[in-house]
Amino acid sequence: MSDNIAIELKGITKTFGSIVANDNVDLKVYKGEILSVLGENGCGKTTLMNMISGIYFPDKGNIYINGEEAHIASPKDALNYKIGMIHQHFKLVDVFTAAENIVLGLKKDYKSANGNSRFKTMFKTGADLAKESIVSLSNKYGFDIDPEKKIYQMSVSEKQTVEIIKVLYRGADILILDEPTAVLTPQETEKLFEILKKMRDSGKSIIIITHKLHEVMAISDRVTVLCKGKHVDTVKTSETTPNALAEMMVGQKLSLNIYRGDPVNPEERLVVKNLNCVSREGVKILDDVSFTAYSGEILGIAGIAGSGQRELLESIAGLQKVHSGEITYNDPTTGKVENLRDKTPMQIRNLGVRLSFVPEDRLGMGLVGNMDIVDNMMLRTYGKGGPFFLHRKNPKKLAEDIVERLSVSTPGISTPVRRLSGGNVQKVLVGREIAASPTVLMAAYPVRGLDINSSYMIYNLLNEQKEKGVAVIFVGEDLDVLIELCDRIMVIGSGHITGIVDGRRAEKNELGILMTSSKKYDENLTDEEGTTDAN
Amino acid sequence: MVSIASVIQRALVQSAPLLFGSTGEILTEKSGHLNLGTAGTMYVGGICGVIGAFFYERSIPDGGTLNPFLAIIIPLICSIIGSLIMGLIYCFLTVTLRANQNVTGLALTTFGTGIGNFFGGSLVKLVDSDVASVNFSRTSELYRAYLPFADNLGWFGQIFLSHGFLFYLGIVLAIISTFVLNKTAKGLNLRAVGENPATADAAGIRVNLYKYVATCVGSIISGLGGLYYVMEIGNWSNDGFGDRGWLAIALVIFAVWKPNFAILGSILFGGLYIAHIFIPNISASVSELIKMLPYAVTIIVLIVTSLRRKRENQPPAHLGLSYFREER
Repeated sequence: MSDNIAIELKGITKTFGSIVANDNVDLKVYKGEILSVLGENGCGKTTLMNMISGIYFPDKGNIYINGEEAHIASPKDALNYKIGMIHQHFKLVDVFTAAENIVLGLKKDYKSANGNSRFKTMFKTGADLAKESIVSLSNKYGFDIDPEKKIYQMSVSEKQTVEIIKVLYRGADILILDEPTAVLTPQETEKLFEILKKMRDSGKSIIIITHKLHEVMAISDRVTVLCKGKHVDTVKTSETTPNALAEMMVGQKLSLNIYRGDPVNPEERLVVKNLNCVSREGVKILDDVSFTAYSGEILGIAGIAGSGQRELLESIAGLQKVHSGEITYNDPTTGKVENLRDKTPMQIRNLGVRLSFVPEDRLGMGLVGNMDIVDNMMLRTYGKGGPFFLHRKNPKKLAEDIVERLSVSTPGISTPVRRLSGGNVQKVLVGREIAASPTVLMAAYPVRGLDINSSYMIYNLLNEQKEKGVAVIFVGEDLDVLIELCDRIMVIGSGHITGIVDGRRAEKNELGILMTSSKKYDENLTDEEGTTDAN
Repeated sequence: MVSIASVIQRALVQSAPLLFGSTGEILTEKSGHLNLGTAGTMYVGGICGVIGAFFYERSIPDGGTLNPFLAIIIPLICSIIGSLIMGLIYCFLTVTLRANQNVTGLALTTFGTGIGNFFGGSLVKLVDSDVASVNFSRTSELYRAYLPFADNLGWFGQIFLSHGFLFYLGIVLAIISTFVLNKTAKGLNLRAVGENPATADAAGIRVNLYKYVATCVGSIISGLGGLYYVMEIGNWSNDGFGDRGWLAIALVIFAVWKPNFAILGSILFGGLYIAHIFIPNISASVSELIKMLPYAVTIIVLIVTSLRRKRENQPPAHLGLSYFREER
């Protein structure tokens, strides 16, 4: 059996600063098999694969290929070991043709010039010379591709095909696919799986990274589960069930002791109905999303990264174009119902809607890194100054207040915020958003990258807002936190809601299954029966 | 009254420095680096050639004859070394240290112009002449030498054959660049580096090496434009080169990043640049307006290509951005 191993990882460890991305991971892939690597976001799947494909170099541990120790320091080395990776974000040059992308980085292949003299082929490009071998590869595995077509004219699935041919053309025997189905339609997925099976049957080893349990069950021979950078287990697909995998994936429940009060007189604050959004490429990113955020409660949003959380918050904040649906806001002071759809953030503010948004990208969307704390405070309130000159007095007071109250560690309020640590940047941002005394507070991954103390401080701030009757929407990635902090948890999967569960009764593996399921949540069913079971 | 042939001939003379400048800049930009230091590089290429020519001429005693081979090769090598250093400075700052390309380029333009004027001024002091210019007409004559029978061929000879060897070198370099970019594996790799360096990196292409080589070769070619200009004039006076460096950068846009298009574009630009001389009875202000035409044409081309949004006519997608593999 051992000479049948295509690639073996032993004790791989990789750290980025203080974050351990992979901790002593072992992995084995046999020849002629499809191995799924399953895990939540940030569990280190992609990092691990990047080490096999030469993007990163492991801090510790060894990689063996065909039984011999391999030293993979660059993508080129990986290629020499016949390893090819198909990245989630395609590595293709848009203005090149399929054939040009396929031969990129290779020498001209004169051998395929069919006996023509070297001089004759000099005026042909490498792409022209490679065309025949591309067509024969396509026929062998059943691809459908036009080598002359430019990448920017291609659909997502065609681009993926080019990526796969690219690694095959380079003679890869070990193929790594990073979430290949995330961007495909079900029909395209089926076609891809057919191709993958053909490649497996011809002796290639395939590693596929995915979150989708039903695909794991459909395509793979074995499954390796990672959780928080650690290898949990590797099992045969035929001997396991989706539930067992989901349980392994989310890991053991941890007790965090986050305070959670009971909501006081919840009222409907923000109502979203049948919201649809389409990305620039024409792919649906939000699919018929409906929910209500109540005052005085924290609504958690759980889901695999990139399932539409960001677009959802941005549609509410007026930053994302909405295709169809309704977003309405019930004003607690006037009792009026305001429509927020198709309004800019400024128009929303002028309506008297007090909406605060702590975006995921703190220094990109939330704050201006090169400006100091006072100036960043003014980003929200500069309109309140005089007609010509800015009033710096109040923002300065606010900045001092935030620094003191949230114990932001900074040399002073005139320090550029990019010089602060991640936690302190977040405190400044959350502090500013809370200072606007919002009625709706949306926070996307507010504790990402923060240490424990800062995280708890943010939880307390959110709880404080909740007690004041604010409708808090909290997008999180740590299920333990969501379960302990939120009153209700809405799970979102590939653009639609897969379930809304009571935070006090939620089970971790239940959330794990919802996150990876593709079934749409039926609101009416739970409203009548009062259950939270979406399966 | 001037003949059409002499107008065209002078337009061609004006076109050559622009063609060198933009061929070099296109190669650089194809690697994703916007080198706004081209104007400075051309200046340095010019003054280094002048320094070489000046000292070689001075080393020959009065009445002696120049060795034609040395008289050509010394300024040429000086010019190449000068612009290569400019290219290396730019690369070290923007590729290795990942400094802002625009700032670096503008700084190098100021620096290059300053270098040119400083050494130009020093040479003027050395010869102790009354006019603020350095003369190296004997070398210049060698650079401008053309086939003897060109004069007998009428307008054809005047337009096509009356130029020094550097003129033809410029056109050959533009054609070779087009061939390399479009037909060779190296050219494909270089274009990939400028379009999407992460992809190129994953394909095993040595991104930084390509950036260095493209920028340095580009700088050398640009610098030859400066050399051609000073050799055509035959003397150096400070700031004589004018805004030709910027015109070369505008020509890159006009030629939609294709060196073969730049050949025709450079002739048009060269013609427009001196058009005011041939229009009789115009005031100084009108002639300044006419000098502006190449820039106006560039803006029109930018508007048209931006409106048409044809992907092939856009600048390299990663132009002006630094690349760092481990950026997360």
